[in-house]
Amino acid sequence: MADSGSEDIAVIGNTDLTPSESENNLKNTMVEKGTSLLKRMEISVAEAEKRTGKNAVNMQETYTVYLIETRPVDAASEGTNPVPDSLWRRYSEFELLRNYLLVTYPFVVVPPLPEKRAEFVWHKLSADNMDPDFVERRRVGLENFLLRVASHPVLSSDKIFYSFLTEENGWKETVFETGFQAKADSRLKALNATFRVKNPDKRFAEMKHYGDELQSVISQLLRVRAVGENKVSTAEYAAQSIRKSPFSPTKRAADRLYGVYKVHGNYGRVFSEWSAIEKEMGDGLQSAGHHMDAYAASVDDILEEEEHYADQLKEYLFYADALRAVCRKHELTQYELEMAAQDLTSKKQQREELATGTVRTFSLKGMTSKLFGQETPEQREAKLKMLETQIEEGEELVKERNEECDEFVKSAWVDIERFKEQKDHDLREALISYAIMQISMCKKGIQVWNNAKECFSKM
Amino acid sequence: MSGPVDDNAVPSGNSSVAIPTDISGQILDLDEDDDLEVFSKDTTLTEGSSFNASMQTSPASMINQYKFEEEEEDADTKDIFVTVDNPESLVTAIETYVTYRVMTKTTRSEFDESEFEVRRRYQDFLWLKGRLEEAHPTLIVHPLPEKFVMKGMVERFNEDFIETRRKALHRFLNKIAEHPIFSSTEDFKIFLTAGELTSHKKQGPGFLSRMGETVKAVAATVRGVRNRPEEFTDMQEYVEAFSQKISSLDKVTQRIVREQKEYLEELKECGPMYALWSQSEEELAEPLTSMASSLDSCCKETEERVKQINDHLIPALHEYVLCTETLKAVLRRRDNIQADFEAKTEALATKKADRDTESKVLSLAWDSLVGRSPEEVKQQKQQKLKAEIKEMRDELDKMEDRLEWANNALKSDWTRWRKVMRTDLRSAFIDTAERNVSYYEKCLAVWESFLHSQRTDAEGNAKDDCS
Repeated sequence: MADSGSEDIAVIGNTDLTPSESENNLKNTMVEKGTSLLKRMEISVAEAEKRTGKNAVNMQETYTVYLIETRPVDAASEGTNPVPDSLWRRYSEFELLRNYLLVTYPFVVVPPLPEKRAEFVWHKLSADNMDPDFVERRRVGLENFLLRVASHPVLSSDKIFYSFLTEENGWKETVFETGFQAKADSRLKALNATFRVKNPDKRFAEMKHYGDELQSVISQLLRVRAVGENKVSTAEYAAQSIRKSPFSPTKRAADRLYGVYKVHGNYGRVFSEWSAIEKEMGDGLQSAGHHMDAYAASVDDILEEEEHYADQLKEYLFYADALRAVCRKHELTQYELEMAAQDLTSKKQQREELATGTVRTFSLKGMTSKLFGQETPEQREAKLKMLETQIEEGEELVKERNEECDEFVKSAWVDIERFKEQKDHDLREALISYAIMQISMCKKGIQVWNNAKECFSKM
Repeated sequence: MSGPVDDNAVPSGNSSVAIPTDISGQILDLDEDDDLEVFSKDTTLTEGSSFNASMQTSPASMINQYKFEEEEEDADTKDIFVTVDNPESLVTAIETYVTYRVMTKTTRSEFDESEFEVRRRYQDFLWLKGRLEEAHPTLIVHPLPEKFVMKGMVERFNEDFIETRRKALHRFLNKIAEHPIFSSTEDFKIFLTAGELTSHKKQGPGFLSRMGETVKAVAATVRGVRNRPEEFTDMQEYVEAFSQKISSLDKVTQRIVREQKEYLEELKECGPMYALWSQSEEELAEPLTSMASSLDSCCKETEERVKQINDHLIPALHEYVLCTETLKAVLRRRDNIQADFEAKTEALATKKADRDTESKVLSLAWDSLVGRSPEEVKQQKQQKLKAEIKEMRDELDKMEDRLEWANNALKSDWTRWRKVMRTDLRSAFIDTAERNVSYYEKCLAVWESFLHSQRTDAEGNAKDDCS
């Protein structure tokens, strides 16, 4: 195709991808190469395959498995390039791993998994979990998850995680043996209960609020009903007329853009037909038609990149949920501390009352003793002793819980700071790659229409 | 268009002439001029041709010299400029309607002055179009904007509608002004200069003759043409095909505009969302705000792009959709003229046959009763027939001339129309392509500046981190 030489378009700076941006685009993550596991090991989710088998209730089912490949880093750098170790895992196993991590490291903002079901239905994708595009995007998401965990200062040294990557058989049993399930259940119950904390750490309250807002705004952008609690955190969001329709602007805009480009393909067809009845105009029309076809076709690439951008946003949508979970867990520990402290205070009060015989506050005990007479000194002694023990235990508990709380606050806040930095970096990179995509789209548009213009001139 | 022409200019020899403003005068003059080549099909020459107001018969010689000038459409040689603007609503007791100002600037000598300003309403344009079509049934008159807007109940007094119509009326008049024949008609001149048109509207072939034309047209369609020259059949096929293509293009373009508008609606919501988001962020606040304003800028550019397609490409295509109707009508009218001619030819042949048979029949019986000798009767009848035949032949010659004239007129105007169409549509598409390029260039600048600001920020931050 004889294209007109692309005119020098005024370029502000270099619009090519910088090396780090390229890496970003490939891995979709800020990988801290210097940390723990990733230092020693290359990890990838290389393939996906369909399997059929009998499930727990002995029914036939089809599911997808993903191939996890690992390779020691030094081996690759030596140039020997050995065959990587590999094993197959299915999505439910990833879920199990994540749940284990959530329970075992409650102060960590645990990286999210890609969505379970296809909640984003672009016009060309079906909602089918078996759809190849969906499977592919999930594969990328799973790899991203593993890389994030492997680069996390705390999570990467977990043994269960390591064996997830290296031991195909019996891994599930190992996880259950840790007994995390029980902890998980009790935790879940506690978290779902409503409780009020008297003195929450202000920072955590703010973080939780932030998590709410982030989740809300990204889900607006992407058209997803917020995962988990569907709360509207601020009055501003309530007032948003954006929520007038269930479909998000970003997705609808992409659909519309698709329509605009595709309809131009009709120009191609009609120009071609028209050129058949014209003499002088024929050639110009014909070749212009080809450019219109090219223009129409170019939207497929554009949309693919838009989906990639949407995936990046989506990860942080789910991350917001993880962040909020950490904040809730802090509240829980704080609450438990407060409960223990409260309990201790009331026990101490009881002791004082018993010891001095004075009834400070109204109590049933006080009343009955007044009515039915005091207890015998032996009974009082016994009671006091019991209280003392309880108070001792209570103080231990409060001390424990206090330490727990402090520990939690300390480590959680470290991870939250780490998460903040990661988020700022990743989202900024995402915006940059969006801009790069737009730039590429504009350049293609300029080229196509300049070519078309040349053809029209020959009409 | 060539320069001003003297009213009494006489075409000389074989050279092509500037088409005079008023043909009628010329025809009478030419009758007396023996220098002219006389073009005739058969040897039965007519004794000059009379000018009939309702039948445009030019002398046979005119056909030869009836040649369209090479289009010297340069601005330099353009000697008449017409604009249509300044629409105003006029309210009277009976009705409300819109008038437009029609301004003319010209150096042509047949105009009394060099500048004119009149006000015209849509009906007046219709009148002009009708007059031109009447006078030149096989020439192609550029279409007028439609009377009503079919889709959507658009108010006649809606601003956009009036503006669209005004532009179309402006183009219409300019196309007439650029046409070698039309621009020199009296009707055009009257339209541009007369204070009011009502008195002029009453003259000339009125409603009835137009009715007659329609009736004849219908009849002709039924009757059909027998020996249509191939080139006109080719024309008809072309018009059919072209009509489909241009219709399709019109539809496709309308669809594109619809999709663009919907895209714009969605895009408009994105910017504000990023702006809202930036309020919850610290480090990310600036990039998000930047992103929001970039999206807003792109929105504006998209809006502009849509408007331009609407204002330029769509009207251009639409006019050529209307043109195809004109072309079909012109071809029909030409066919009618030929059908008339063929019918008349047949009638003459029949008459002649009658004459021949008549001479052989001796209907003595009746005539002897009436008291006339057979010879006498025969003579009488022969005389009568001869006179009738002569009359018919004269008619036929006129019709033949008319047909010849019509065919040549159409052929020339067809070539002209094809050229103009090509120019118009080519420039409309080039225009669209240029606007699209400009749109993408503007959006490109927006995103490049965003990218640049983010990268310099990032570098700035990196430096801060290191220090």
